[in-house]
Amino acid sequence: MVSGYAGATLAEHVWHSLRLVVVGFFCAALAGIPLGLLMGYNRPAEALINPIFSLIRPIPPLAWIPLAILWLGLGDAAKVLVIWLAAFVPSVINAHTAVRGIDGALFAAARMLGAPRLRMVTEVIIPGALPMIFTGLRLSLQAAWTTLVAAELVGALMEVGFVLNVAQQDIYPSMILVGMVTVGVLGWLTTKGLVSVERMALARWPQGRS
Amino acid sequence: MQNLSLSPGRATALALISLALFLAFWFVIPASGLVSEQFLPGPVAVVERVVQLISQPFAGATLPEHLLSSLGRFLGGFLLAALIGVPLGLMMGWFPTMDAIAAPLLDGLRFIAPIAWVPFAALWFGTGIGGPIMIIFAGAFPPCVINAWQGARCVDIRLIEAAKMLGTSNFGMITRVIMPASIPSIIAGLRISAGLGWQSLVGAELIVASTGVGFMMVQAQANIAASTVVAGMVSIGLVGLIIDILLRRLERAVTQGKQA
Repeated sequence: MVSGYAGATLAEHVWHSLRLVVVGFFCAALAGIPLGLLMGYNRPAEALINPIFSLIRPIPPLAWIPLAILWLGLGDAAKVLVIWLAAFVPSVINAHTAVRGIDGALFAAARMLGAPRLRMVTEVIIPGALPMIFTGLRLSLQAAWTTLVAAELVGALMEVGFVLNVAQQDIYPSMILVGMVTVGVLGWLTTKGLVSVERMALARWPQGRS
Repeated sequence: MQNLSLSPGRATALALISLALFLAFWFVIPASGLVSEQFLPGPVAVVERVVQLISQPFAGATLPEHLLSSLGRFLGGFLLAALIGVPLGLMMGWFPTMDAIAAPLLDGLRFIAPIAWVPFAALWFGTGIGGPIMIIFAGAFPPCVINAWQGARCVDIRLIEAAKMLGTSNFGMITRVIMPASIPSIIAGLRISAGLGWQSLVGAELIVASTGVGFMMVQAQANIAASTVVAGMVSIGLVGLIIDILLRRLERAVTQGKQA
């Protein structure tokens, strides 16, 4: 931990990996949730976007790694791109289904009461879709960590995954185990963090608000 | 949900427009020289490359050969996961002690990404067949266990009581009462685990394999052969889709057979 391995201490490796996951995950959520909400609410948008989405979706995110490296080199940019891709899909799908699951009567009532578009979004769509959006975010976060490990194993210099790879070449099982456990703990901790954000958000926009 | 839903005709038209736009963009961007063909091959180049790869070997084998070795590994890992995971899940659903022992272990392992096993897999089983199979197993195993367990927990209590009254043994209980009743849940789990297994396989092959589509893509990336990389992506997507469709068929056949 203090003496360092593969060119950096565990704390440095962890910091570097965590940053990649957080950046990829946030960009994915910021792009994916609005897109999913739009697809759920607007039928023409859905008809336009869905075919492209279902064309790209069967390709596993990990299969993008070689192309990402080809485009962006072995640095962090390629990893963030792949993490973004992996986290993007669950965000979109869950936001999309979430809006579809909102009771149609709520929309009809809001429209009848003359709610303007913006209030429709803040008062009907967001509270109604929030629980499922968070389910999607949890899946996204998990996908982000899985992808990070793969991306770092394929080609990296200073991350947790890289420690795994170096340790394997040195045949140093206890170091491999440290790497695996660290990845597991980080995944667990970030999920915990997300769950507490979810709790706060659900308290702020409760579902049955009058 | 908007009340104004689209007519089927308009929906199809919009879908066609979007696919046409997608293809057009994909075609125009490299063709116009905005991005070099070397980095983003157009659709025509990719199709040409796929056709070429069918007869012409790359990285030691043709595309069908790479696909076959990937599929062989996938089947090995997936079947192993199903053969161990499903009975384990059913037993966990039936024996409370078993559940108490295995559940915390599985919960802990769930947070470790399948790909994180790669170094151990390579160390223990090598990079030929054993290592990748272990990674697929790590990806495909949890859904098998979890769904079999859930299925076993949801069996109608009256069935269990009737069987108990008739003096069914533990073994008979699992094979003749719990398993048949949990088949739909088990098959749903197999679908999830096939998807995860196929994904893990791709990841494993990128890192440790010496044949297979993933290996082909890494070699292509090292040689800056983007059209081969994209050809690999397309074939991985297609095979994954076919696996999913087959399992969905099976799922439908089983649920319909149950209703009949």
